[in-house]
Amino acid sequence: MPSADTNAITSDLQLVKAIRSADQAAIAALYDRYSSIVYSVALRVLQDTGAAEDVLQEVFMQLWRNPEAFDASRGNMAAWLAVIARNRAIDCLRRRRPENDIEDAVVSVEHDLVSETDRSRTIEKVRGALQAMPAPQRSALEMAYFEGLTHSEIAGKTGEPLGTIKTRIRTGLLALRKVLAA
Amino acid sequence: MRVHEQFAEDLALYALGSLDGAERRALEEHLDECVSCRRELELLRGDLSLLALTTAGPKPPARARQRLLSAVAHEPRRPVAAHASERRQRSWWSSVGWPALRWTAAVALVVVGIGLLRQNSTLQQDLASLRALFIDQGSRLEQANQIVATLLDPDATKIELVAVGNKPQPRGKAIYQRRNRNLIFFASNLPPLPAEKIYELWLFPANGGAPIAAGLFKPDARGSATVVNPPLPEGVEAKNFAVTLEPESGSHESPRGTPVIVGVGE
Repeated sequence: MPSADTNAITSDLQLVKAIRSADQAAIAALYDRYSSIVYSVALRVLQDTGAAEDVLQEVFMQLWRNPEAFDASRGNMAAWLAVIARNRAIDCLRRRRPENDIEDAVVSVEHDLVSETDRSRTIEKVRGALQAMPAPQRSALEMAYFEGLTHSEIAGKTGEPLGTIKTRIRTGLLALRKVLAA
Repeated sequence: MRVHEQFAEDLALYALGSLDGAERRALEEHLDECVSCRRELELLRGDLSLLALTTAGPKPPARARQRLLSAVAHEPRRPVAAHASERRQRSWWSSVGWPALRWTAAVALVVVGIGLLRQNSTLQQDLASLRALFIDQGSRLEQANQIVATLLDPDATKIELVAVGNKPQPRGKAIYQRRNRNLIFFASNLPPLPAEKIYELWLFPANGGAPIAAGLFKPDARGSATVVNPPLPEGVEAKNFAVTLEPESGSHESPRGTPVIVGVGE
């Protein structure tokens, strides 16, 4: 008897496979499952509902046009879509042409994110890790990830040395990984 | 496999898209050659995707769903089975950083790669085999990564063996797959190029047609060179391959220069 998680894995893969066969109902089903994640990420980055809707539309149209870009052996659909949405939103924020091809978005997630329950548990851990970080560290990480600033731009904005920003970001990511591994 | 500590901070910034300038270029050059740092980059991106998932917000408005479905209906796509996966295969090969490879060991990689492709085709069948194949594929990928890591390790000892008393002679090996127009060519011990000259690889069709230009290349200081997936016409069966010494712009239409190495068949 397959578990709920197994069913969910199969279902995502089956839906991607169905998109390859031009099944419009399959893209609708994936939208219903993951549109909140994509929209939330885009909204967090862009702080504008109209622009976030545009990113939402673009991300799912890219999936419709190029379902093969999702490599199930290397990632998880929720994480992959979140990364695609973040990258596209940053491109929009910085008013630049798309720099990130969705085929290049290789995301290796070693945590179980398939079921809602597992996803919520992992997200709570990440939120806890962010809260536990010193404020300047959390801020550097968020400026880089959600505002798309380069390390030199963060250094310019905060008045901190470049090396300090680099170390804060690296240490922040290590802290995140440590909490997730626990 | 360990991440190179001197790149650890830059890798974190790169995963965020926050590394710029010369540091970014230096890291990208290193990533071309370092499997363990590429793997760490994937893991960092995985960690960061979890950061993205923390952004709980309102659901998108209902009109967004309608907008998507309307766009999808106006953009019907043809069912696709194979082309995209072939494209991905090519881009993987071209991203591995072949110039440092020796052909003998690369053959082993090709064998592993073909094994993976076969597995991918059976992946569609049923749920039970799906999970088993994932596990098997993961271990084969890891095996392939290990091989690439060894091949690309600048500290690895690389020595070509020849018969005792013989000087190393120029040699090459072409591996050609007509169906997908995939061609991988490795050469070693090529003499240094004279001024304003270049080597050119040629494919000789089995039907006796004119030779087809399959890439210009320059060997490295040790006389080694690689050509990966040059543009080739569809469906050409190859009878033989040869390398000639040509003017720097190449000959393209037909070989005019001196033959350097020619195929002897398998």
